[in-house]
Amino acid sequence: MKRRTFLKGTVASSALAVAAGAGLLKSGQVLAADWSADAFNAKDLASATKSAVGGEGTASGDIKIKAPLQAENGAVVPVKVETSLADVKSIAIMVAKNPTPLATKVDFTGDSVGFYSTRVKMGQTSDILAYVNSGGKILKASAMVKVTVGGCGG
Amino acid sequence: MATKIKARAKGDVTEILVLVQHPMETGTRKDKKTKKAIPAHFIQTLNFAVNGKSVADVSMGTGVSKNPLVGIRVKGAKSGDKIKVSWKDNKGETGGADSAIK
Repeated sequence: MKRRTFLKGTVASSALAVAAGAGLLKSGQVLAADWSADAFNAKDLASATKSAVGGEGTASGDIKIKAPLQAENGAVVPVKVETSLADVKSIAIMVAKNPTPLATKVDFTGDSVGFYSTRVKMGQTSDILAYVNSGGKILKASAMVKVTVGGCGG
Repeated sequence: MATKIKARAKGDVTEILVLVQHPMETGTRKDKKTKKAIPAHFIQTLNFAVNGKSVADVSMGTGVSKNPLVGIRVKGAKSGDKIKVSWKDNKGETGGADSAIK
């Protein structure tokens, strides 16, 4: 009798697990199509870079990062990335010392210029890195921003 | 939540600037009074389209500042062309705006 109830229980719970699994998979697929959870949840720069841009990247002098040398308020740090590189497919911006380094990424699908501007949060003084995908090649540049008041606490 | 677009053509290049009013909560901040974590609430994707054709897909994490101000530049667009911006956040809320290049 005990065995029977046990079996019943496992059948019911496994059915639930399958349903939940299917539900999870569905939402996961939707996310994967436009928002990369792996890249944005990555806790260190190396893994964030790997899943967001797919490589370490080589330093390039053709990428310019415009960011303040010193940010009084880490909650709002304006960053502009400009590049003269040809065939820019995407630009990703990372803050090396943030809990999740990847801040934002833009994928160009039309006739765009290598330009992206945004505002990021910074927890502490850190390097800001820009990764540019130019015709499949990953190139990068970095700029150091000093932060006097962090922007991630509350 | 309001979304504003500014687009100005300078010769062949048009800069499109978008300002979205959004809290961009990280999910790690705590309410000072209740000591409870404030749930994450941030924009994940934002799309730019010119004359109905997508030109750029932006994805954001919690590292983007509150009320995101995002700018891109496109080639070949001219004054009067229609700009459409649409975004979606982690709670499934959506927003956007339409405008034209000045």
